[in-house]
Amino acid sequence: MSMRPSERNARAWQIGLLVVLLLLWHFASRSDKIAFFFGEPIQVLGRVWSWFMPVGLPPNPLFPDGLPGNADIYQHLGTTLLETVLAFVIGTVLGLAFGLWLALSPAASLILDPYIKAANSMPRVILAPIFGLWFGLGIWSKVALAVTLVFFIVFFNVYQGVREVSPTVLANARMLGASQRQLLRTVYLPSATSWVFSSLHTSVGLAFVGAVVGEYLGSARGVGYLILQAEGTFDVNTVFAGIIVLTAFALVLDGVVGLIERRLMTWQPQAGETEKI
Amino acid sequence: MSDFALELLDIQCTFRSKDDHSQRYTAVADTTLRVRAGEFVSVVGPTGCGKSTLLNVGAGLLEPSSGMVKVFGQPLSGINARAGYMFQSEALMPWRSALDNVAVGLQYRGMPKAEARSQAQQWLARVGLAGFGDRYPHQLSGGMRKRTALAQTLALDPDIILMDEPFSALDIQTRQLMENEVLDLWAAKRKAVLFITHDLDEAIAMSDRVVVLSAGPATRPIGEFTIDLARPRDVAEVRTHPRFVELHTQIWGVLRDEVLKGYEQQLRKAA
Repeated sequence: MSMRPSERNARAWQIGLLVVLLLLWHFASRSDKIAFFFGEPIQVLGRVWSWFMPVGLPPNPLFPDGLPGNADIYQHLGTTLLETVLAFVIGTVLGLAFGLWLALSPAASLILDPYIKAANSMPRVILAPIFGLWFGLGIWSKVALAVTLVFFIVFFNVYQGVREVSPTVLANARMLGASQRQLLRTVYLPSATSWVFSSLHTSVGLAFVGAVVGEYLGSARGVGYLILQAEGTFDVNTVFAGIIVLTAFALVLDGVVGLIERRLMTWQPQAGETEKI
Repeated sequence: MSDFALELLDIQCTFRSKDDHSQRYTAVADTTLRVRAGEFVSVVGPTGCGKSTLLNVGAGLLEPSSGMVKVFGQPLSGINARAGYMFQSEALMPWRSALDNVAVGLQYRGMPKAEARSQAQQWLARVGLAGFGDRYPHQLSGGMRKRTALAQTLALDPDIILMDEPFSALDIQTRQLMENEVLDLWAAKRKAVLFITHDLDEAIAMSDRVVVLSAGPATRPIGEFTIDLARPRDVAEVRTHPRFVELHTQIWGVLRDEVLKGYEQQLRKAA
């Protein structure tokens, strides 16, 4: 088999690159100075093990002191995921409702236009301290922060989706006798939904970002909180372990959204799908 | 009761330019058009002459600047609920299967979902798409989408059927097949039909009466011809009938100048 990168052996090349990077990291971190700033891959792995596994490891060549099996990340991870899901759901519903309302009411969109532009261009992460003040250090201040991130993505997509409804489809529905409410349910909403789905990957990612950043700025629980604590004690290994866990779960969330999307959007032509006659 | 199903009386449609309110364009002027109940009337005219504008006025989608629309003697306000409209471009909802697209009109009128779907299934069978109910529009060919749109319109059993160049996007064989099918369905129910086309052959082959419109702007009818060919007709065979050729020559004599005029105007606009 040829060693040149191609579609077929791409996976092998991807894994190979990861191994090379990990080895580089490992050998570079033999130096104490570098290990202080960049951590050590084996220690990072050990931290992930202790977080997830209920059983410890006895002393061995890699870990001379052995590894405790704490299995203590679940409540933190659960908190972060709960915040993400809540923010995602609330932000999507609010964005959908506001998007539909503004797109269908020209007067409201005319008046609110500059405010929406301002609210969208504001660096919203800066709202975190205010939300902390309003909602306390529990999950709701994080949910609020993440909602502001999700809301605008969904809102603009719904707004666009309603505006871009084919005038012929709309006229046809009216000729078929649709009332204003039936138009909303059978034309505007499904059309907007397809636009929302195209933005779901972005918005679920931003919900996650909102939740973690919120935790990082002040909390008593969550993966962001773990990272904040570790940073306070210069425990770089734990910071990296936290980053790896967050990345893995962001990928999982993205996969779940992709799954739901494929289920609900069967009516959309897939790229490259031939017309079935 | 009036024996006219649809009357467009002294219709004028003037559009104002969106950017410049002093710019006006009169698409249709001084147009009176009457369609009897059960009559098949075609309107032919050069491209861009305001045929669709006229049809939208009849459908109630567009309010004329002046003039009046009467439906079975009653003045029309809002959407024409007794009319079904077959659009030139794609009008099916892409997020609904063929069956649900046909059923949606019935559901709008308050029919329970199960009943609407069973009626829709019968209509799909009538247009030859019995086994395709679960397909989405993008999975159907152009001709199948037109059939679905036809079933969608006819399922509501409208007294007036408005058609805006419904077959212009189809290839010639599919087109003749569908023209014959429409004629068969029409012959069974005898609804009033207002059929817009730029294809004179199609107009003569299908109609009881052909109305010729002048080139825009300010389009108005400039000729009216009764088509006295025997029914039932086959749109492919009737074309060789001597009377068809005679009518075609007559109408084309009126239409040709307008087509040339319309073409010249488009050239001037582009220049």
